[in-house]
Parts: sequence; C-alpha cells; structure tokens
Amino acid sequence: MTELVIIGGGPAGMSAAVAAYESGVRDILILERDKKLGGILQQCIHNGFGLHKFGEELTGPEYAWKYEQKVRELEIPVKLNTMVLDITEDKVITATNEEEGIFQIQAKAIILAMGCRERSKGALNIPGSRPAGIYSAGTAQKYVNMMGYLPGKEVVILGSGDIGLIMARRMTLEGAKVHAVCELMPYSGGLIRNIEQCLNDFHIPLKLSHTVTQIHGKERLEGVTISQVDEKRRPIPGTEEYIPCDTLLLSVGLIPENELSKSAGVQMDRITGGAVVDQNRQTSVDGIFACGNVLHVHDLVDYVSEEAEIAGKSAAEYIFKKNTEKEAVRIPITTDGKIRYTVPEVITEKKDISVFFRVADVYRNVEICVYNDKNEKVFSRKKLKAAPGEMENIPLKAAAFENAQSLRFELEVK
Amino acid sequence: MFDIAIIGAGVVGGMIARKLSGYDLSICLVERKNDVAMGATRANSAIVHAGFDAHSGSLKAKLNVRGSEMMEETAAQLGVKYRRNGSLVIGFNEEDRKELENLLDRGNQNGVKDLRILEKEELHALEPNLSENVECALYAPTGAIICPYELTIAAVGNAMDNGAVLERNFEVTDIKKEEEGYLLTSADGKEICARTVINAAGVYADKIAAMVGDQSFSVHPRRGEYILLDKEVGNLISHTVFRTPSKMGKGILVTPTVDGNLLTGPTSVDISDKEDTSTTQEGFAKVIKEAQENVSTIPFGKTITSFCGLRAVGSTGDFIINAPKKGFINVAGIESPGLSASPAIAEYVAELVKEQGISLVEKENYNPCREAMHHFREADMDEKNRIISKDKSYGKIVCRCEGITEGEILAALRTNPKAVDLDGVKRRTRAQMGRCQGGFCSPHIVEMIAKELNIPIEKVTKSGGNSYVNLGRTKGEVK
Repeated sequence: MTELVIIGGGPAGMSAAVAAYESGVRDILILERDKKLGGILQQCIHNGFGLHKFGEELTGPEYAWKYEQKVRELEIPVKLNTMVLDITEDKVITATNEEEGIFQIQAKAIILAMGCRERSKGALNIPGSRPAGIYSAGTAQKYVNMMGYLPGKEVVILGSGDIGLIMARRMTLEGAKVHAVCELMPYSGGLIRNIEQCLNDFHIPLKLSHTVTQIHGKERLEGVTISQVDEKRRPIPGTEEYIPCDTLLLSVGLIPENELSKSAGVQMDRITGGAVVDQNRQTSVDGIFACGNVLHVHDLVDYVSEEAEIAGKSAAEYIFKKNTEKEAVRIPITTDGKIRYTVPEVITEKKDISVFFRVADVYRNVEICVYNDKNEKVFSRKKLKAAPGEMENIPLKAAAFENAQSLRFELEVK
Repeated sequence: MFDIAIIGAGVVGGMIARKLSGYDLSICLVERKNDVAMGATRANSAIVHAGFDAHSGSLKAKLNVRGSEMMEETAAQLGVKYRRNGSLVIGFNEEDRKELENLLDRGNQNGVKDLRILEKEELHALEPNLSENVECALYAPTGAIICPYELTIAAVGNAMDNGAVLERNFEVTDIKKEEEGYLLTSADGKEICARTVINAAGVYADKIAAMVGDQSFSVHPRRGEYILLDKEVGNLISHTVFRTPSKMGKGILVTPTVDGNLLTGPTSVDISDKEDTSTTQEGFAKVIKEAQENVSTIPFGKTITSFCGLRAVGSTGDFIINAPKKGFINVAGIESPGLSASPAIAEYVAELVKEQGISLVEKENYNPCREAMHHFREADMDEKNRIISKDKSYGKIVCRCEGITEGEILAALRTNPKAVDLDGVKRRTRAQMGRCQGGFCSPHIVEMIAKELNIPIEKVTKSGGNSYVNLGRTKGEVK
C-alpha cells in the first residue's frame, strides 16, 4: 500500500506532490512516463512562465526545474520511464517499466495529473491527400526544441491556440517562413500576449474565420487551400486561396488525457473533457483527485500549479481522514451557456473557494454574476471583455453560499 | 534468374508469394513502393465476405466462397487477427426485402452456409443499435473481419521466411521476353529476370499486361472514402452492417474492425487518376449521412482519421486470372471480394503456374506459420512479464494511446518484411494509430528508425519516396 500515488510528473504532478508532502504525507510516489520530470514544459523553451506564481519570467524548463528541485529536496520517490496502464476504482494501479516489468500498486489516494494531448488532423476530416509534413504544433515543437530538427520550411498553421502561436514564432526564428495562421473562429483561442509577441511582432498574418479546405501533395505536402468560413463555420465558395507550403502545423485544441480516469470509473464532464470535481479537486471516486490539464485545459502553468496544490492538500486531508469531521454539503454549480463550465462544478464543503471557468464566445462589457437557488445575487464582477482564450477565476467566500442548495453562474452582457 | 517474379506486393501478390514459397522455387516479389500493402490493400473495408454478392458461376463467386472458407486457418497460421463476427445486409422496406431474398438465393447457389433472413424483432435483439427503421436483414454468420495490411505483411513475411525475396521501390517500366523468360526493368534501371511473371499490379495491372502485348482488358480505379472512429465506440455494433445493394452500388457499411475501432465507408466513385487517394468533402458527407441511416447513434465526434482507397476495377466484371502468354500470368481486376478470395486466388494461380510447365515440388522445410505481430499486445500479464524479463524493451511504452512498447517497434523494424518508415511501423504495430495519431510518439519512432537503419534522422520518411519527416537541422546543434 502506498499512501499517495501521483500519475504524471509534469507541473501538476510535481506541485501536487510537494503540497501533499508539506501537508504531512510522507509515503508518496510519482509515476512519470518520460525519462525526465517536467512534462510538456521541457519543450516549452520560450519565456512567460511563472509571472504569476514567482513574479519573474521563466522558460518552461526553468519553471519545471523549480519544482523538480523541491521534489528532490523532499526526496519524494519518482519512477521515471514508467507508464501507467490501468487504474481501478479500488485504486489499484497497473504500470510498466523496463526494470520491473508490469507491476501493481495499491494506493490509498491517487492524484490524476496526466495532462492533455493535442487534437489530431484525423479528427478534423480535412479533404485531400495524406502526405508527410502535417504535424500537431506540439510535435513540431518537440522536433525543433528537443531534437534539433526542422520539420519544414514553408509553413501554414491551422488554429491559433497558444502552441500554434508559439510555434509560429519558433519556426520563424529557426529560419522557416510562416505564411499564415488560419483560425476557424472569428477570434483567436490563444492569449492576447501571444498574438502580439508571436504573430504581430513578426508580421505573420492571422486569418480569422478561415480554415484549410484542401490538402495537396503526394509524398510531402505541396500546398494547402484555405477558405473563409461563414458564421456557421462553413467554407464560403469563391474565397479559396492556394498557399504553397511544405508544412501544416495544427493547433486546433487540447484534449485532457483521461483514458485512465475512465478506467477508474471517474465521472467525466462532457464540456471540459476532464473529471467532475469538487472544490478539493476530488473526483466522483472517493480518494481519486485530478488537477492540471487533465482536469481542464489551462492557459498558464501558474494556475496549474495552484490547482495542483489544492489537490495535494486535499489528498493529504483525505489520507488523514480530516474531511470526515466536516459538515457534508452538496451544492451543484450550473452555468448559462455563455459560461461554458466551472471547475469545481460541485461544492461539498463550506469554505472560501476559487472557481475557474471559460466563456463560450468573445463578450464585451460583461458582468459575471453568481446567483443562489433563491435567485439572490451572491457575487458579481464587471469586466470589459471576456474571451474563450482566457480562463477566468473568481473567489467565492463561504458566506456567499452559506444557505444555498445550488449556485448558478451567469454572464450578463451589457 | 528467378523461377517466379510477382509484380505487386498487395494482398494478392503476397498471398501468391506465400503459396509458391511452399515449393522449390526461387521467388522475387517486386513492389514499386517502399513497403508492402500500399495499393488497394492499404485502404478497404477489411471484410471477409461470406460470398453471396458475386454472380453464381463467376470466378469471383467461386474464389470468394473458397477463400472465405480458407481464411480462418490461413489467418491462424500467419498469426493474423481474424474474427467471424457475421454480417447483416439490412433492408428498410419491401423493395429491399425482395432484393435480400434474391441475395439469399444467390448465396445458397454459391454455396454460402447458414444464410437466413431475420425479421425486425430478432434482428434488433441481435444488433440493438441498428436504426429503428431497419425492418429486416440477410444474416450471414460466416462473414468475418480481418486487417488487410496485417494479412499482407504476414503473408509476405512468411514467404520471405521461406526464401522469397522482396524488392522494394522497383516500379516495373518495361518487360522484355527473353529466351528463358522475362526481363523486368525498373524506373531507375534495375533489372530482374524470371522464368514466369505473375502480374498482380492492382490498378496498374493493365499497364503491366500491355508491356507483354496483352491489351485484352483495362483496369480503372474506383475511389472509396472511409472514416475511422475511436476504439471507445468500437462496440457500438458487433456485426458488419451492409445496406441492401442497389443500382447505386453496395452503399456505406458500418463495421467493427479486428483492432476494435469502428469503420464506416466506402463511397464509390469511378475516377481516372490511379494515384488519387485524396478524400473529399462530398465523400465525408455521404459516409456520415448513410452510416447514420444504418446506425443512427454513430458519434462522428469520435473520428480519429479518414482515408481513401482505390479499388482495381477490371473491365470484364469478373476477376481476370489467365495466362495470355506462356510464362506470364495476369491476376487483375481484383476488386471486392479480392481480400476474401486471396487465399483461394493463390491456390488457383499455383495451378496456372503448373500449367506453364513449372513443376511444383513441395519444399521439405516449408513453414506455413509466422509468429503473430500482436503476440505481446494480446498476452496476459505473466506472459508479458516473462517477455520483459528476457527483453526489457518490452517494458517501455512508446505509443501511449495504443500501449505499444519499444520492443514491439524494434521487432517491426527487424522482422520480415522489415518496416523502413513511419507508416510501416504504424501498420505493423499500431503505434501512431491511436487517438493522438502519432503526436507524442512519432518523434521517438523517427529516432528508432534512424538508428536501426543507420541513416540520419532527416532521411527518415513517413512513407518512402520524398515523404521526409524533417527537412533539415535547426540553426544550431542540439546535444
């Protein structure tokens, strides 16, 4: 029996481990499939990490190193090159590595911190051929930043997610020509600062309401046809433009990687693609927690770390059975559709909490309102703009839901 | 000088090579691409048809029923996954029912076993996710599913294990009759001599036949587009669900695959470009619409990839298997049910080879069996640990979506016919074939290929030719 097993040694897993240790748990094991800790941060060599958390601008590897050092100082055990194959509802973990083969661990508590993956081209059904030269932006990032190879020289990017924007700049710095970034939606899904620093500073055109409608080339990509789309995202005939290129990078969304969570019987949320959790980041399965991008996709790693700290502390409370002493409540949170989801989506304890959410579209002059089941407004905050690319985070005092049976999040657009 | 040269390493060429490798013959299998199973074999419905479709008395009917009977044992010997899941031809109305009864009669004439018509209640009990308005179906319990490229890779591998030679990147551009046989010349000037030539060149079989002066038939490509869905929904149905054939063709089918995915397609469009495997917006729309008529709950949001295959449609309406010149055998126009018929085609061609005056003497040390490529994947935990204890590379997962280990990938790079590119590894191991489509593991597999073939990383291709994965180094050396 291991008290706490953490699946994934990226920013979420490491931060959760440190928080659990600091809350008194000593029997911790991190299982990491890569040969190093750090997760995807290892290949994020650009800066901009840590502003919120550490008040300084770090690169991805630097940010990861801060946590890796803590993990090492605290001597938290880590198994690298170890892939978890299965988790049961009874918290039996099956994993494999070269030294031990396939083995099982019984955990008292589990923190899921597996991160997310990129949506692939296959899921998009772009008509045309299937040549070499089409990569998800993260794959290209690995070739360039980790291996030192250039996957292409004449580049079009589909999707303006943050990795796509970052790679537009990276490919340019490495000597490639980025002809355009096409975004299906009328707005970018990436951070505003990334659009400024990665596209505008390099004069890379961002073509909103555009998509790739045809892939050309037999062996290696030879070009793409892009088209403008209407408000229903259908290509508009007559707007086709052919761009010769040898590379198409896709940054068309991130999907929490929850196959293991499903095998453990964890209830999933259709919108986030992650688990349904309470304010402690506990899932529907007692003693299984989730945090970071496996729960919902974050924009900033700083918030991943914060969320993981909540999961780490809560797992410690679970292990020491502290939560059994508390008054049990169950306050579900619903949203109005303009707010797509909230994390947590259920409150089970009367304490001050933070609620994260994303909106469905770009809205200006908004008021974020929280109502209780008696239709009393218990929280409100005005904002000039809310956009899907920027995750919102609001604090809720325990007093705000003191006698509530449920809470409703609404976005009122002026 | 080889005794036999087979042009085309698709399922037909591969199965013929395997059959003939059981005799004391020197065999060369020539393939224009970088790997086997790259033509019609690569992308089709992956069905072993029961045999009720083809017109009675045709070669298609005869070889389909025989091939379907042989397939289970063939697959077992070659270690290829095969599942007799049964097929259903569904009908929505009385008109369809009449056609199903015709199919039933034809199937019975063709010798297909255990065919019967199912009425609504029994049908929906058997396959609960069929659309509500499906009224009846022809049930063929002998219908089965198999992976066509897995079968071909295994057949070619088994032929090679028994002495056959595979020549890749050999595009035959000229055939000369010589005193003792034929001289094949490739696009880049390589030459191979063989006493007997077997033309299994798929969509190009007419072009190859014309090289020896046989212009009695033509072959044209018929495009078929497919959409493949995640394993998460692979259990939505258990049978292969066809629509009642009409003048418009067989329509869109929905089937589980042996690997557990859900496959829908194909469209059916005659085209002229023998290289055009591009997918189209219209194709996607048709597949989605008709598939949902069959099984209304198909979640196309779970699509993992789409692809297009070309069927080699012959001008005669039947398989074209003959010897127009002494020592030259056509195996052409092998459209559906070619995969199903392939073991029987091989048997039939062996007879034709004999008729060319080549004596078929059984090889003493012939081994018809090959270890399954999926042996490790399918093993239980104890067996897996036994394998890992001998070779620890089987403990290291490379492809997380499909759970494929480094050991399995190395085996694919080292076992006949060896994988030499990313797609070759994919077809042999399923690495990169899962939901992330290689996003995470392909860089690692590129490194493994480069190391195994001892080539620079920038020379690794997706699928041979000019399909390089990387176009050079970044501006600096990275350690």
